[in-house]
Amino acid sequence: MIRDITIGQYYPVDSVIHRLDPRTKLFGTMIFIISLFFANSLLCYLAATVFMGAAVKLSKVPFRFIVRGLKAIVLLLLISIGFNLFLTDGEELFRIGFLRVTREGAALAFFMGMRLMYLVVGSSIMTLCTTPNQLTDGLEKSLGVLKRIGVPVHEISMMMSIALRFIPILVEETDKIMKAQMARGADFESGNLIQKAKNMIPLLVPLFVSAFRRATDLAMAMEARCYRGGEGRTKMKPLRYAPRDWTAYGICVCYLAGVIALSRL
Amino acid sequence: MMSIKAIDLDYTYGPGTAFEHHVLKHVNFEIQDGEFVGLIGHTGSGKSTLIQHLNGLIKADSGDILYHGTSIYSEGYKLRELRGRVGLVFQYPEHQLFEADVFSDVCFGPKNLGCSEEETKKRARHALSLVGMDESFYGRSPFELSGGQKRRVAIAGVLAMRPEMMILDEPTAGLDPRGRDEILNQIERLNRQHGLTILLVSHSMEDVARYVDRIMVMNHGEKVFDGPPKEVFLHYRELESMGLAAPQITYVVQGLRERGIPIDDSITTVEEARDAILSLLCTSKPHRD
Repeated sequence: MIRDITIGQYYPVDSVIHRLDPRTKLFGTMIFIISLFFANSLLCYLAATVFMGAAVKLSKVPFRFIVRGLKAIVLLLLISIGFNLFLTDGEELFRIGFLRVTREGAALAFFMGMRLMYLVVGSSIMTLCTTPNQLTDGLEKSLGVLKRIGVPVHEISMMMSIALRFIPILVEETDKIMKAQMARGADFESGNLIQKAKNMIPLLVPLFVSAFRRATDLAMAMEARCYRGGEGRTKMKPLRYAPRDWTAYGICVCYLAGVIALSRL
Repeated sequence: MMSIKAIDLDYTYGPGTAFEHHVLKHVNFEIQDGEFVGLIGHTGSGKSTLIQHLNGLIKADSGDILYHGTSIYSEGYKLRELRGRVGLVFQYPEHQLFEADVFSDVCFGPKNLGCSEEETKKRARHALSLVGMDESFYGRSPFELSGGQKRRVAIAGVLAMRPEMMILDEPTAGLDPRGRDEILNQIERLNRQHGLTILLVSHSMEDVARYVDRIMVMNHGEKVFDGPPKEVFLHYRELESMGLAAPQITYVVQGLRERGIPIDDSITTVEEARDAILSLLCTSKPHRD
């Protein structure tokens, strides 16, 4: 049975990180990612580890949720580590059959692996502590400046919020339709690829019809409540920076400066 | 002959997650061939989950379901065949329509069961006639029809499989009074004239009181009452505490009784009340010359 899936992996708990403005988290994550590309020594990664460790601790999210994201990139990790380890030229450390492991290779593989893992864990913290709607709000506010050059920032953000909102609804609808067709003997499991694709029609057509119907109803409901797009529109809960956000920004900037400094050593 | 027997059905939705919900708790019941049974219960009482167990769409965590004496969980049991014999019509069944024309959609069911082209067409025609749709509808797109018409096509889609038993989840939801009467009368005809076993899930106590032989009441995942309407609705105070009620007319009758009028308290339909009240008026009226 298809369950109610929430996009990303928001973990609902009250923590300092959860309470930060979504823009702070967005920019903080960006700063962290940039810092990883400057990091070129163990000292730099030590700084990164301290920064990330503090964030993990403050987020109050259980460790097992944080490392879940790493599962997805296991293959990528192995490939990049493997390539760097065995295909880099330099001072040879040892051999396994025809595979040469060099000092440079080992270093590259290590840093590449670390970078990938930290990238994933860093972004995971952001999605674990910020709801999808908060993220779209944060993006809308940050990109607001683009409105001056004609980019429909509000409309795009509204589309994203509505799409996110409808994911669980459409998942439930898919489940219902699938069961209704199965009750008429439909088979969604057996058959080759072409067979399976054909068998999806009794599922996809009603789903599309349903999606369009909901969209029409929603549009009418919004218009009936005087929605006219972003023109002059205000928010019930506007995003406002709190002192903790400025502190967070301060810490991030100091951290970045620190890593850049350490990388020059 | 026993059509379906549920033995100690237990089912929990989403075990171990934040959405964990013990939906069915040791549910037992039997439905005989040709019976017309009603299933009522508050929203969330487990009705929809229960009926999806009966045609194998959901597998119980524990317990068993016997269809004509054979366990549907036995090794090698063909669930597809079961679904051809136990037809399930979901709520708002018109949402499952997808073909370009009405006739093709109704053919979907029998085709899936492996019927020949000729047999499929025969069944589709018969099913459409059972729901009162003539040939003029066959070529039309299901998306052009009215709500009531779409619903009848959807029901025909299940009837075309020639099931022995039909389970209908609130078939009258969202229909106007005439649409509701038409559908319910059709269902009654299927039961009385064609011998189809029917399980009707409904929120309308009046419908259930009028049409069914027997009512099963679900409350928070447990079956709490199982008996003829007259018997079940006598417990109307308990039904109220479960978020249900008795048919409206039962309250009128109870009100009359409280004022000392000796009317039969097991009345559940307007017709019975009318007859009872008229006969009381006739006997109490003083004779005139």
